[in-house]
Amino acid sequence: MSKLDSKIPEGSIDQKWSKYKSSVALVNPANKRSIEIIVVGSGLAGSSAAASLAEMGYKVKVFCFQDSPRRAHSIAAQGGINAAKNYQNDGDSTYRLFYDTIKGGDYRAREGNVHRLAEVSANIIDQCVAQGVPLAREYGGMLSNRSFGGTQVQRTFYAAGQTGQQLLLGAYSALERQVGMGTVEMCSRHEMLEVVTIDGVARGIIARDLITGKLERHFGHAVLLCTGGYGNVFYLSTNAMGSNVTAAWKAHKKGAFFGNPCYTQIHPTCIPVSGDHQSKLTLMSESLRNDGRIWVPKKQNDTRKANEIPEEERDYYLERRYPAFGNLVPRDVASRAAKERCDAGYGVGASKMAVYLDYKAAIDRYGHTQAIKNGVHNPTAEQLRTFGKEVVEEKYGNLFEMYEQITGENPYEVPMRIYPAVHYTMGGLWVDYNLMTTVPGMYALGEANFSDHGANRLGASALMQGLADGYFVIPYTIGSYLANEIRTKAIPTDHEAFVEAEKAVQAQIDQFFAIKGTKSVDHFHKALGKIMWEKCGMARNEKGLKEAIEEIKILRSEFWKDVRVTGTADEFNPELEKAGRVADFLELGELMCIDALNRNESCGGHFREEYQTEDGEAKRDDENYKYVAAWENKGNNTYELHKEELNFEVIKIAARSYK
Amino acid sequence: MSQGNMNLTLKVWRQKNSKTNGQLVTYQLKDISPDMSFLEMFDVLNEQLIVKGEEPVAFDHDCREGICGMCSMFINGRPHGPKSKVTTCQLHMRSFKDGDTIVVEPWRAAAFPVIKDLTVDRSAFDRIIAKGGYISVNTGNAQDANNLPIPKPDADAAFSAAACIGCGACVATCKNSSAMLFVSAKISQLALLPQGQVERTTRAKSMVAQMDEEGFGNCSNTGACEVECPKGISLENIARMNREFFAANIKE
Ligand SMILES: Cc1cc2nc3c(=O)[nH]c(=O)nc-3n(C[C@H](O)[C@H](O)[C@H](O)COP(=O)(O)OP(=O)(O)OC[C@H]3O[C@@H](n4cnc5c(N)ncnc54)[C@H](O)[C@@H]3O)c2cc1C
Ligand code: SF4
Ligand code: FES
Repeated sequence: MSKLDSKIPEGSIDQKWSKYKSSVALVNPANKRSIEIIVVGSGLAGSSAAASLAEMGYKVKVFCFQDSPRRAHSIAAQGGINAAKNYQNDGDSTYRLFYDTIKGGDYRAREGNVHRLAEVSANIIDQCVAQGVPLAREYGGMLSNRSFGGTQVQRTFYAAGQTGQQLLLGAYSALERQVGMGTVEMCSRHEMLEVVTIDGVARGIIARDLITGKLERHFGHAVLLCTGGYGNVFYLSTNAMGSNVTAAWKAHKKGAFFGNPCYTQIHPTCIPVSGDHQSKLTLMSESLRNDGRIWVPKKQNDTRKANEIPEEERDYYLERRYPAFGNLVPRDVASRAAKERCDAGYGVGASKMAVYLDYKAAIDRYGHTQAIKNGVHNPTAEQLRTFGKEVVEEKYGNLFEMYEQITGENPYEVPMRIYPAVHYTMGGLWVDYNLMTTVPGMYALGEANFSDHGANRLGASALMQGLADGYFVIPYTIGSYLANEIRTKAIPTDHEAFVEAEKAVQAQIDQFFAIKGTKSVDHFHKALGKIMWEKCGMARNEKGLKEAIEEIKILRSEFWKDVRVTGTADEFNPELEKAGRVADFLELGELMCIDALNRNESCGGHFREEYQTEDGEAKRDDENYKYVAAWENKGNNTYELHKEELNFEVIKIAARSYK
Repeated sequence: MSQGNMNLTLKVWRQKNSKTNGQLVTYQLKDISPDMSFLEMFDVLNEQLIVKGEEPVAFDHDCREGICGMCSMFINGRPHGPKSKVTTCQLHMRSFKDGDTIVVEPWRAAAFPVIKDLTVDRSAFDRIIAKGGYISVNTGNAQDANNLPIPKPDADAAFSAAACIGCGACVATCKNSSAMLFVSAKISQLALLPQGQVERTTRAKSMVAQMDEEGFGNCSNTGACEVECPKGISLENIARMNREFFAANIKE
């Protein structure tokens, strides 16, 4: 029997959350003051949770490895955030957002969680606007929306191409307000390296002060991991350089099950790799697919420049294959279609591993509407271009600039070259409806948990989920646990469990320096990334996954024999930080392959070549795989699978079609 | 693909920690590709140093796409290097030529002490925000967002000010190490919005007081900050902040 209890409340789908809220246990204000909560991570999930919990009266400590909480990777999110506001009067509703998310996730997410997410989505926008987040507006002063992949309504709120920045700065300001009031203690440049459990319950963490190198012990009645995704297991991804799995992985090794590790999202529109020096990949926001058209030449190995290829010799393959959604199909579908064209020899650019994202039609179209607005009746071609460019610049200017910085090409003049890249991880720590992991007292929020996106996340819904978890879910659900903790006194950190945990961390650090090998940490990270991308990336098969598992084992043992970590432990030492992160990626990578191998079906971002329809679409196996795969760590890189069966009571499970 | 062909001389500030003195150390780099970012060029240097058994250069960076504000190199006498409106991580080697000598130092300001090599401590910025860079609204009781229409020009102006990434280039370039551009951007964003009106006067006063306490210098209207700001934060914000501050003091 499965040990997993998702704790979804009883009742009809639209009543579950409201009933839960009105019946969940509360902690009285006097008790809140003596309850300490540790929040690891200051991204959207962490900052919003920490600020809200501190406002409620809890004592909160926040950790992040950057020099300021404002720099968490959420800052880089570009395109937007979804909310079922129906401001555009285009038929949107809570139900529709719920439905789109379940379908977008290829029927591999929990209905109860996703409905709650859709319900609170509207509150997020209200909250952010109240904080002074300058979301984009129309001339009438109302909020503006754009459309995103996988939906047919306009429900995405945005702030130019800097939505994550503006939302995070809103949450950061709420957090700093609490810091100023003394209710939150902020520990920047600190990295959590171990969870402390006593009798199987989370009681604190061990963190390293990254400036002095000192290991510190911190007690908490509850520990919230808001530590982001693990896309950097692929080395090259759109994640920030420091994004890592360490916090989640340490928790996993202390008993937290890891849910659906193989579900990774490959984003279709990123700037292609330019050479071996490449350290990260840059996303071109999905919002660009709103107005841009994606194409490749109809002729294989066409060497002409984009502008020399006449209209009738271009293959707008997404519009051709998916007429209903066109360029706005979900990410997994768009990515695979690009790979299919490039593999078949139609790719463009020097590497031939790219497709075009073209703005010419959009510039023309906007040019005409602007000309009319400006009362110019017979505009010249030049005027049309100028008008059109103005609109495009206002909507996407910073993205176009970024593209030009990186490639040296002007995307207003020549189509952008794009290719899919690792972007997001739907997998993460398994959590129940309360966002609690399988370790009592330990929670996971935001991208760090596996919860709401099933096998594929729709664009603009990670920001929504991070803020939903932090602002609107955890403040309620944590009460159900902490109400029973009011009698627990703060445990002194000279308790044996803290001593042991710190010793384990120290031992690993000492081991790194003792190896004195010949190869840099990056060397191993790149090698791991290559295995993962080739064998556990956009397309996977049994043979490749089995090979990958063996290769990772070998690489891991080489790492522990031959890595060179320079400097010392008691100073600011980025090489040591990286070594710890790569050590954990080398374990996680194997588990991802094991999970991908176990899942004998294709769903969402997980595409097993053996399981596809005749026209190359993903083929799910609902009979055998309609479950969340939650892996328990049994030590020594062995794992046991637990299954959480998914029940679809409201939405009729069907083949996903965007045609 | 990118076969590199640039040979460069780098002079890099090396400093063990905040307590020791630092110095410029010279390194030769070969076969650098113009498609590399400036930080990727440093990755190449660090890889070489590690293989030789030397300590790599410590520098701050994270997103590598110009938005987190973490990267912070003072390149040939200019924060974030020779190109305007880009961060260090977005600067590419095609902005340099074969044979160039490039001098790279950390941000220098009393309020930003060096931690190691090119890494400095900018936590003073967080402490300023904690003194008033927010709107005091608790989670959970906001009104419907569209009940508060905001004229587009105001919303756009607030957004332009809010685009500050908190990198500190403005401080690094200022001969007085003034933080006025950074502080004024936040004060302006909130002053331009209806939500920000209630705390308008206290905000300006307490943020400015904290700025002074952190040891940032005065503004003498040289305008270098605006020139070097990677996000185009405008000097108008400083004028607006002065008005806010002045008004706050009159009200007293
Ligand atoms: C380029 C890009 C663009 C995106 N655009 C969009 C978009 O338009 N819309 C959308 O919905 N989603 C988007 N996403 C996805 C979305 O941004 C992320 O999923 C989301 O921001 C994650 O937030 P988070 O709070 O879970 O984690 P993060 O923001 O990644 O924060 C993680 C935090 O944990 C801390 N941390 C991690 N490990 C440790 C440790 N061991 N010790 C201490 N601290 C630690 C970090 O310091 C950081 O503060 C985008 C993602 C990328 C990469
Ligand atoms: S004002 Fe400009 S230079 Fe100063 S911190 Fe902000 S973005 Fe950086
Ligand atoms: S590394 Fe984030 S702005 Fe440069």
